[in-house]
Amino acid sequence: MGEPMKIRAKLEGDVLDVRVLMAHPMETGQRKDGAGNLVPMHFIQTITAQLNGRTVFQADTSQAISRNPVFGFKLKGAKAGDKLSITWTDNKGDKRTDEVVVGAG
Amino acid sequence: MTELSRRTTLKRTGALAVATIVAGWLRPGDAAAEWNRGAFEAKTVADALKQLKIAAPADTKDIVIRAPDIAENGAVVPIEIQSNIPGTKSMVVLIEKNPFPYAANFDFAPGAALPYVALRVKMGETSNVRVVVATADGRFLTAAKEVKVTIGGCGG
Repeated sequence: MGEPMKIRAKLEGDVLDVRVLMAHPMETGQRKDGAGNLVPMHFIQTITAQLNGRTVFQADTSQAISRNPVFGFKLKGAKAGDKLSITWTDNKGDKRTDEVVVGAG
Repeated sequence: MTELSRRTTLKRTGALAVATIVAGWLRPGDAAAEWNRGAFEAKTVADALKQLKIAAPADTKDIVIRAPDIAENGAVVPIEIQSNIPGTKSMVVLIEKNPFPYAANFDFAPGAALPYVALRVKMGETSNVRVVVATADGRFLTAAKEVKVTIGGCGG
């Protein structure tokens, strides 16, 4: 499940400026721990953003995305009161969804 | 099979079919729409593009890549990408000299998402950050920006 995402969705005219921070280690599989053992790969693979239940933005990602990923994207035609939900899934089958209601601009 | 479970199965199958159709616009080149393991495990840009079924993208100045000229910390390199190409449907991001160059793909729903994304990536060494845009009419266009990396961010 992981920690909740931090989602900021700011309405600027009819463009919704979204910024999301996800808590995730994004392990590459190349890093060694204190004992010198390789830390297994553990990273987010897919991200889906839905506005009022409709998929509007989607990403496939690799271990090259930085730890605790931050993404920004822009949606068109959104308005105050719309529901924005974001879901990520990782390579271990873990998944998390968080939702915000768009505030007035 | 009980009536209930048959219905549930039908319902689920139906939902899956609808989901597949809805997802259809997202990955026209790859109807399977699964996380593309072959492309993500490719060790060269050429192989990654082949796995993504992207042939000979043309150079363009209409993709704006904002990234630092010099990144002191390769573990966190901020990148902003804006496409000014009409009909931009998706963007592939490749870090050419990373062990696995293909870093991400972004799909934008037509009319609902602007062809813009901001992300942060790890870079092992100085490299081009290459972006390939796919358009709704099946064209591929590309641009790149070099980022010099002082301290690599993949192992450590």
